[in-house]
Amino acid sequence: MNRSPLHHEHVALGASMIEFAGWEMPVRYAGDVAEHQAVRRAAGLFDISHMGQVAVRGGEAAAALDEAVVSGMARLAIGRAKYTMLCMPDGGIIDDLIVYRRDWDHFIIVANAANVGVVVSELRERCSTFEAVVEDVTHLVSLQAVQGPRAMEIVTQMCALGAEDVRALKNYTWCTVLLHGDIHAMVARTGYTGEDGFELFVMPQDAVEVWRLALATGSPFGLIPCGLSARDTLRLEAGMPLYGQELTRSTTPYTAGLGWVVQTAPARELRRPGLDGAVGFTEEPVERGDFVGRKALAAAKQRHDEWASDPALAPADARVLVGLVGDSRRAARPGYAVMMDDREVGVVTSGAPSPTLSAPIAMALVHPSASAVGTAVQIDVRGRRETMTVSALPFYSRAS
Amino acid sequence: MSSVPADLLYSAEHEWVSGDVEPGSVVTVGITEHAAKALGDVVFVELPSVGDKVTAGEVCGELESSKAVSELYSPVSGTVTAVNEALNDAPAAINDEPYESGWIFKVDVSEDVELLDSDAYSDHIA
Repeated sequence: MNRSPLHHEHVALGASMIEFAGWEMPVRYAGDVAEHQAVRRAAGLFDISHMGQVAVRGGEAAAALDEAVVSGMARLAIGRAKYTMLCMPDGGIIDDLIVYRRDWDHFIIVANAANVGVVVSELRERCSTFEAVVEDVTHLVSLQAVQGPRAMEIVTQMCALGAEDVRALKNYTWCTVLLHGDIHAMVARTGYTGEDGFELFVMPQDAVEVWRLALATGSPFGLIPCGLSARDTLRLEAGMPLYGQELTRSTTPYTAGLGWVVQTAPARELRRPGLDGAVGFTEEPVERGDFVGRKALAAAKQRHDEWASDPALAPADARVLVGLVGDSRRAARPGYAVMMDDREVGVVTSGAPSPTLSAPIAMALVHPSASAVGTAVQIDVRGRRETMTVSALPFYSRAS
Repeated sequence: MSSVPADLLYSAEHEWVSGDVEPGSVVTVGITEHAAKALGDVVFVELPSVGDKVTAGEVCGELESSKAVSELYSPVSGTVTAVNEALNDAPAAINDEPYESGWIFKVDVSEDVELLDSDAYSDHIA
């Protein structure tokens, strides 16, 4: 079993530890509801060292990734990040990823812990005809997240140098800073909780010092350490799909309502530095080349567009992702059947009592005819039918 | 380590029982601190009803946390004489004071049943 460099910190804080995707990780410290509320109201600190990290380097790294994933990576500027997916030729999702462009020839990819092996082998295969090297760097990086409305104040105060750069970050961008204690860190304004927040990439040997720095700096703002349980209810309220539940090899990005990650339009591409060392974009838009799954995804888009305009056209096994809100207090859990007029129309993929809404919420894959907001469906919740109503996702959005 | 009070009896399904488990006695039932910790913050308790007949080892309610749902088994057979209505508004008592204000229901016991003492239960969860 893998252990985070912060393992002893978690045990010392009294965390309940669980096995998760081959890692022993904290599920909660004080209590999952308090941790959830801390992130909504102040800030939470998460150890996400279990997330897979993959480096792709080389003169053709951008071109290789452009072909490997469904979004255009050649068009991604240095300092930016992009949410994307690695799909099979038939459009099924192998994993969802966040890709950070470190340099014109260097990308860092964050993958789901359970999928890092398959992501690395797929990327290696797909990059094999390019000048690009794919490397699993999970154990060379410790990833920690500070999430919540006070995250900006906390992270900027953790910086010895670079607080201004952090303050200037937009969503899905990153910068490098020097934290107090002479610790180099890459700070990205990304996260998985629906709140403002930052992910800190540091070397494993610095992980404990960064964790303690974050706790000491953040405590006066209300920051507390948070475990996997709070992370799951936060992401569910934020309507963010999870690999293995909403996202699988038998769903496409369109099934999950994430068709926007598939990019086919022409765009300007980042070019390698010229003789003057300057990195720049092409003058004219460049047509995006072929990528794995392109044809199948185009067909999937067409199908989903047709079903959206006329659900009656959809075959019985067609599915789209919806949100559900219940009016009882019993929560639907993954795997429970969704019924409409005594017909089975889908299945729950995630479900929990929402600490913010004080009602049970769920995400489910249902037939397009059951997907309109306001549709009442029935879920068999452990032997008793409970009514839930199709609701727009996300369930919770932070005030901007 | 979770606390396992010596003066209680326990089921393998992580309920505790206080009182004499013999026909005609009324006992109090809750879940152990070990079970409450594993479940996480309990946010909803589906209680049995007063007058319900319960059977040892059979489901009589459920406990819901943000992370999981757990069925509540009755550790004894008999008739429910009281339920802890305060849990409807304050289910967190199950996490905060599992052996006191977090009690769940009381049963008028109808038959003898084998339960674990605190040492045996401690071994069970070790």
